[in-house]
Amino acid sequence: MVDNILNSITHFYPEIAIVVTLCAIIIGDLLIKRKGHTGGWILMCGMVVTGFLLLAQTGVNQSVFFDMIAVDPFALYFKLLITLATIFVILFSMKSRELDEYSNRISEYYMLIAGMVLGMFLMVSSTNLLLMYLAFEMTSISSYVLVGFTKKSDKSSEASMKYIIYGAVASGIMIYGISLLVGMTGATDIYAINEALAGGLDQSLLLTISIIMVITGLGFKIAIVPFHFWVPDVYEGAPITITAYLSVASKIAALAMTIRFFRISFFELNTSETVAIWSMIDGLNWNMILAVLAALAMIVGNLSALRQDNIKRMLAYSSIAHAGYILMGLVILTNEGLSAIMIYVFVYLFMNLGAFYVAMLFSNKTGSVSIEGYKGLGHRAPLMGVSMTVFLVALTGFPPTAGFIAKLYIFGAAISAGWYWLVLIAGITTVISLFYYIRVVRNMYFFKPEESAGKLEFDSGTKIILMLLLIPTLLFGVYFTPIFDIARQSIQMFGM
Amino acid sequence: MEFQLFGIGILTWIVFLPIVGMIIILLLPDQSKKAIRWTAAAVTGLQVVLAGVIYSLFDRSMVGINDAESFQFVEKFSWITVDAVPWVGRIEINYFMGIDGLSVLMVILASIIALIGVISSWNIEKMTKGYFALYLLLVTGMMGVFVSLDFFLFFIFWEVMLLPMYFLIGLWGGPRREYAAIKFFLYTFFGGVLMMLVMLALYFSVAYTDAATGESVHTFNLLHMMNPENYVDGSILSGVDTTWRYVAWLALFISFAIKIPLFPFHTWLPDAHVEAPTPISVILAGVLLKLGTYGILRISFPIFPDGTEYFVYLMAALGMISIIYGAFCAMAQDDFKKLIAYSSISHMGIVVIGIAALNTQGMVGGVLQMFNHGIITAVLFLAVGVLYDRTHTRGLYDFGGIANQMPKYTGIAMVGLFAALGLPGLNGFVSELFSFLGAFEAYRWITIISVFGIIITAGYILWTIQRIFLGNLQEKHKTLEDLTLREMLAFVPLIILIILLGVYPAPAIELMNVSLSHLVEFVTNGG
Repeated sequence: MVDNILNSITHFYPEIAIVVTLCAIIIGDLLIKRKGHTGGWILMCGMVVTGFLLLAQTGVNQSVFFDMIAVDPFALYFKLLITLATIFVILFSMKSRELDEYSNRISEYYMLIAGMVLGMFLMVSSTNLLLMYLAFEMTSISSYVLVGFTKKSDKSSEASMKYIIYGAVASGIMIYGISLLVGMTGATDIYAINEALAGGLDQSLLLTISIIMVITGLGFKIAIVPFHFWVPDVYEGAPITITAYLSVASKIAALAMTIRFFRISFFELNTSETVAIWSMIDGLNWNMILAVLAALAMIVGNLSALRQDNIKRMLAYSSIAHAGYILMGLVILTNEGLSAIMIYVFVYLFMNLGAFYVAMLFSNKTGSVSIEGYKGLGHRAPLMGVSMTVFLVALTGFPPTAGFIAKLYIFGAAISAGWYWLVLIAGITTVISLFYYIRVVRNMYFFKPEESAGKLEFDSGTKIILMLLLIPTLLFGVYFTPIFDIARQSIQMFGM
Repeated sequence: MEFQLFGIGILTWIVFLPIVGMIIILLLPDQSKKAIRWTAAAVTGLQVVLAGVIYSLFDRSMVGINDAESFQFVEKFSWITVDAVPWVGRIEINYFMGIDGLSVLMVILASIIALIGVISSWNIEKMTKGYFALYLLLVTGMMGVFVSLDFFLFFIFWEVMLLPMYFLIGLWGGPRREYAAIKFFLYTFFGGVLMMLVMLALYFSVAYTDAATGESVHTFNLLHMMNPENYVDGSILSGVDTTWRYVAWLALFISFAIKIPLFPFHTWLPDAHVEAPTPISVILAGVLLKLGTYGILRISFPIFPDGTEYFVYLMAALGMISIIYGAFCAMAQDDFKKLIAYSSISHMGIVVIGIAALNTQGMVGGVLQMFNHGIITAVLFLAVGVLYDRTHTRGLYDFGGIANQMPKYTGIAMVGLFAALGLPGLNGFVSELFSFLGAFEAYRWITIISVFGIIITAGYILWTIQRIFLGNLQEKHKTLEDLTLREMLAFVPLIILIILLGVYPAPAIELMNVSLSHLVEFVTNGG
């Protein structure tokens, strides 16, 4: 037993590094003058160290802590993405004007982010329902507080409250579903559940109900229709940095957890089959249910985004739509579908964070998040305008940006698996999405700024961060071999 | 045939020179408008020189179409290769360019029109830097489409054109420019998405065996897609005359028909043309519309010969409707520019029935008509631009008696208008004649009805001449000046081409004859 723990700890360094960082932020906050972004810098160092520790885990594929946690290429890929997203969000936070007002307690903010990172790391790697749920809650509770962090703003507090209520209900339903599953199979370990199901269970109705309940909880976090009602309000009310973080990191983490849970529990393990069937449970056509969910997310997300005037709400609906596109990969869940998802989330990270970043910079300067307020901004801030155009065009899926590659692969996976109607819906909704993305571009460029409005100036640090997001968005559009290779190697899950 | 400059192939030069120009322009300060204009002129001028080199070196006897060996100026590099993993084979995307008899004329057309466009953009004062940067990006896109032999590359260039076009119409256009720009964008993007889906379906259906390693490789190579042997058994587009192949043909056809534009996908065109600034109208009508028919010839026909034969009647019928409908609409306009826009729909219909004939005369006529129409509409849109610059109106009833006031202008515009009418001795006649000859062999009634379009065309063109150039000169127009040197510079090369190709079309026809005969044979033999 001690051996197992000692051995496990050697594969647990990244998580330990985060815990140490978290403590360091608290202590740093107590010792050092309370103003400024000290906590942010500590967290940044911590995340960089974590990143290196993660890279050292390349190629490891094993189960640790008594089969509670899998350290495998699949988890590693998502952990690296979460680390990257976190680093960007820390940089954003340091540039955010919204948070300046709260600078005397900004360390709490970074501490909560650290907590959220830990939760998400465990979400993507746990293989035990109990730990999965704990990790899920850890992420959620940190994010509830973060959403309400700008507490002087009514909208922020309201958003936080809504998020808690919806979140509590969703996770309540999920834990109920989990308890049914555990009751039927007698196991919390997802491999054991797979075994129990393979052994035969004639409680198909109960099983179906429990899976639907679990999907509710996970769907809430990924933000798909019909579990999306919290998204627009929460995204609007939260500080932009946190909105960006929720739309990327926690979505990615929940997605990874969903994939692992479904793939390990309900599919034949150790097959070389390229066609994925929910072999363990019959009765319902699960692929079809997921396909309908994906289609709904694409349709509702894109259509609702058409009428938004608040850039945060617009991006909120757009993130629902993107969840739909990603879900297409989950419908297929073959190796091809999985690698398409991985490519998609990688690209999505850059383009979505980029769009939020420029939105934040504009709101720093103009104090407005209204799309109408973007009129003439392209002339007042040429670099930002061009970058925003690139990010939005990438979100549409336009070549030669990386967004095109992401869409191409997810569409391709769906075509090769024969989901033609789903691809058609995805294609049509993509055309619809062009309309609202390009509206922002139109406002930026097709209107002359008022005479009195001067140029908007940005410091070089701001521009460097922008370039870190812009260059990958463009570069991976014309040269994407590396993402492919990495995504392909990372679909390997422990026990498959 | 190969030709390299500094170790880089001529096609890469001709495609990416505008990008180089764009970067130079972006580095220049906003105020140095003169330098910006001259950079754009130099770049597009160089392109014309390169096109001249291509024209003189081009081997007229080589076939191309589906045979990789007989393409000319070929450049092929591996762009994306992803090694095989247990669950999926090797993936390959190539930087693959080359031209044959089908594309050589289009490359020449695109380079000429691009230069003419720069000359007529000389007086753009509003945000000059942005204008020329976007313009050159657009030129790269259209040139790239004509030389790409890899579907992925083709698609990237195809989509790259949209964004600059959106801005060029939306920022430098007329009063309703925003509406026109977004309409253009949504229509063509919709077509692009359909094309992307077909491209993916083809990609998953086609795999060739690598001679060196024996691996089966999925590829976007258009030439491999033309070979029926490369289709994987059981894949979505394998077999002949299957439902999915028909669906794929239709999807591709819609995406190209939007670009042509063919009735009933044409409604974006009049808006876009009316609102676009003159040089952009010239590019749009002169080159961009040809991308649609070029795509049909390059992709739909040889990859889906079965679908082509199945739907070719539909195509001819839509061509016929476009001819008649476009001509009637043109007749009903009182806006000069809108009239030219609808006449474009009508004339592109002739291209469509020409190529739908699936015989050599029709095909040659169709492709020649693409070239000729490009030159003629360029003249006509420039002519509209000249009047609009001076009077700020395009109403056909606002003019009269211009002939006395602006004799040089009248002479040039008349040549353009008569060429559009199909007057023998001018280039429009030759290509229309060939198109109808070919079509008559294939579809008697459709052609007979279509030919009536010519009469309607004669009607609206003569009426236009009467309303604008003849009659009494209005008082306010007595101060109109005749063409300036710069305007003459834009017109004269086009007029020379109109007359030259009208009297002696052989140089253009012999460029493409061999390739097009082979294409006809290839399609009619079912691939």
